[in-house]
Amino acid sequence: MTHKWKLGSLAAAAVALIAVFLFANMIGSFDYVFPRRVFKVLAIVMTGGAIAFATLVFQTITNNRILTPSIIGLDSLYMLLQTFVIFAFGSMSLSAELNFIFSIALMMVFVALLYRLMFKREGRNLYFLLLVGLVLGTLFGSLSTFMQVLIDPNEFMRVQDKMFASFNNIRTDLLLFAAIGLALIGLYSMRFMKFLDVLALGREQAVNLGIPYDYTVKRLLIIVALLIAISTALVGPITFLGLLVANVAHQFMKTYRHSLLIAGSMLISIIALVGGQLLVERVFTFSTTLSVIINFIGGGYFLYLLLRENRT
Amino acid sequence: MKKRYLLIALVLLSFVSLFLGVKNIHPLDLFRLSEEQLQVMLVSRIPRLVSILVAGAALSISGLIMQQLSRNKFVSPTTAGTDDAARLGILVALMLFTSASLIEKMIVAFVFALAGTFVFMKILDRVKYKDAIFIPLVGLMFGNVIGSLTTFFAYKNNLIQNITAWLQGDFSGILSGRYEMIYISIPLVIVAYLFANKFTIAGMGEEFAINLGLKHKQIVNIGLVIVALVSVVVMLTVGLIPFLGLVVPNLVTIYAGDNLKKSLPLTAMLGALFVLFCDILGRILIYPYEVPIGLTVGVIGSGLFLYLLIRRKAHDA
Amino acid sequence: MIEAKHLSKSYGGKPVVEGVSLRVEKGKMTSFIGPNGAGKSTVLSMISRLLAQDSGEVLIEGKEIGQWKSNELARKISILKQSNHINVRLTVRELVSFGRFPYSQGKLTAEDWKHVDEAIRYMDMQDMQGKYLDQLSGGQNQRAFIAMVIAQNTEYILLDEPLNNLDMKHSVQIMKVLRRLVDELGKTVVLVIHDINFASCYSDHIVALKEGKVVREGSVDEMITTEALKQIYEMDIAIQSINGNRICVYFT
Repeated sequence: MTHKWKLGSLAAAAVALIAVFLFANMIGSFDYVFPRRVFKVLAIVMTGGAIAFATLVFQTITNNRILTPSIIGLDSLYMLLQTFVIFAFGSMSLSAELNFIFSIALMMVFVALLYRLMFKREGRNLYFLLLVGLVLGTLFGSLSTFMQVLIDPNEFMRVQDKMFASFNNIRTDLLLFAAIGLALIGLYSMRFMKFLDVLALGREQAVNLGIPYDYTVKRLLIIVALLIAISTALVGPITFLGLLVANVAHQFMKTYRHSLLIAGSMLISIIALVGGQLLVERVFTFSTTLSVIINFIGGGYFLYLLLRENRT
Repeated sequence: MKKRYLLIALVLLSFVSLFLGVKNIHPLDLFRLSEEQLQVMLVSRIPRLVSILVAGAALSISGLIMQQLSRNKFVSPTTAGTDDAARLGILVALMLFTSASLIEKMIVAFVFALAGTFVFMKILDRVKYKDAIFIPLVGLMFGNVIGSLTTFFAYKNNLIQNITAWLQGDFSGILSGRYEMIYISIPLVIVAYLFANKFTIAGMGEEFAINLGLKHKQIVNIGLVIVALVSVVVMLTVGLIPFLGLVVPNLVTIYAGDNLKKSLPLTAMLGALFVLFCDILGRILIYPYEVPIGLTVGVIGSGLFLYLLIRRKAHDA
Repeated sequence: MIEAKHLSKSYGGKPVVEGVSLRVEKGKMTSFIGPNGAGKSTVLSMISRLLAQDSGEVLIEGKEIGQWKSNELARKISILKQSNHINVRLTVRELVSFGRFPYSQGKLTAEDWKHVDEAIRYMDMQDMQGKYLDQLSGGQNQRAFIAMVIAQNTEYILLDEPLNNLDMKHSVQIMKVLRRLVDELGKTVVLVIHDINFASCYSDHIVALKEGKVVREGSVDEMITTEALKQIYEMDIAIQSINGNRICVYFT
């Protein structure tokens, strides 16, 4: 029962924070402010949930708690695209819809190529895939830097806005599109959920226990990449959010059962994001951004994990 | 890989480098330079060549030392958080001591780089799973974390584009009077050479080194100080040159093995040659403009790194 | 019956297993022996689908291993490798319950739990079933994993060096359990084993590999002879009969 109790208190905390976020400190007309806040909360719940889920699954597949799917180069690729768009087209930029779809498409093409390259021969080590992704990410980073230096300071401010995830100006049509996408992916991934507990035991045990290992892992990796791509395209990169919430979920839930872990990490993610957004809006009054705070905390926590006697 | 050929290539490319640029100077003019041409040579071309050679050699050597000490072929200032820590240090220096001289900035950055590298080595000790590929993964993640701290402060102080621009590896800003700090690397390289044998032994493991009567900790610390200092000096004068310390030593050790006494001079020469080549390439690609060295080395270096990775996989798969 | 036909595997151009053909009889204990690098573990991994062969085929009860559904195969054959480090913090009982996954897909029925309890009893681990694996010694861990395989209740049980890192007492304990699995429950056990005396005392059938090939196979009486061991290990090994067991004396 303690697990249920834990999940219950997480859910209560999440709901309470959302309520505070929605209703507290309402200045100006209700009809104007309230719908905007609702949209923000929706965006947070969606992306927070998607990132938490993706990271947890990713860590289970890789059997490693200090990895996050954001590092395979998706964040850097997104930044490269955003920088390029502003570099090439300047102020007459792409429409938000086009940019959204184009970002997702580009990230998926990248992931497809990466996976193709890696899974062409059996027995490729997953860490190898990650390292290749990370190196390519660094390469994308150099290219972005090159363009960022050449852009004039006013336009650079627009690149800089893209560098940090933000829930402030999300278009409703994109939100709807992302919601449908995430829901479909969620539905598809249901069939693999029962495998996760066993996958956590490692490849050999999973094969022994009758899981179609290669098939499952490939599908799950694509699911993970899609989730990250959609949430990144929607709000921007939050590299260390997943790492933070997946590990907190493991520590808090103290179980091997993924049904509980996933629910827990999604709730924690929502709590972190809504809480963070409250801080940014009402305490820092927008002097910093949510993703900077999350990356700061997540990054610090990551260091703590590494320096603690770790069990990987 | 003969030293002789490397040397010849180095001399040839050095000449090309000296006579390449918007201000046309013909090699035949060398002994009857006009006042203006002499000025260009002394103020811009020669400092540029010197800093290229020194930066290339010193960074490659520091990569080699790191790989030896961490006993992992894929560790280098780029993949161990050294670069990112130095960057954070420079930012802190910019924020706290706005009027600091270059030397003061260097000291702050050095302290950060050294601390970052030490933390990484500590992490290496703690991580039980010492897969050759996992370690650089941890290092790059570690670097990303430090990077996020840098971003946090840079964002608050509106310094993001500033620091991005400043730290991008670029030789075009090298002028006499603004690059001399890079000479600090030269004695460091000499010290590295003197300690080469000891680094080799330290690289065989702590027990092994102690068994041979070596103060393992001390040797490792000397190595890390050299690495951190070189990284900072090059970063402050030239900027960030990613993957250099990774690719060059790996190419050399494939042919020359892991005995530092033998591979160190080769690494230095190949490193200088590689940077020189990339710099010339960057200068002619979009002439009369320049592609900064950070980008050319970044592109060619990451390509080579991936090649090395795949090659290694092909060997043991 | 498990049948391997002309199995080959090479790593980076170096052949590790070359044209290995063998049969594993039902209801027997078969041991793979041979010097280091003979390809024993590689053969076992290929037979158990952990590793794909470069050429050749593996037939489980006449059906090619790739033709089996993964889930059905997991109810037919189980494999335990020598290093069983897992990243998840589990109790012994939780680990053993994973053995029922092929039957229940994670939702264990009362029937499944009965198997779990039986397996724990079989390995004599009732008093430590609530303990976490990382609190146990290497030998206890090994026993917990074997209990999981027992709960999996497959006809064929494959083990890669199950005695690795175990002291004498635990080695004997595990070999006795494996023997009981064959004698009492009619299981087929295949194991890779380094200690030829254990192979001699407990197996029904011995397969000797050397340099990636099967050099010899047969019953204990045929295999544990000075002449056969000379061929396999290139050592002169005297055989003594003690209490009806053939013991190899190779220490001097």
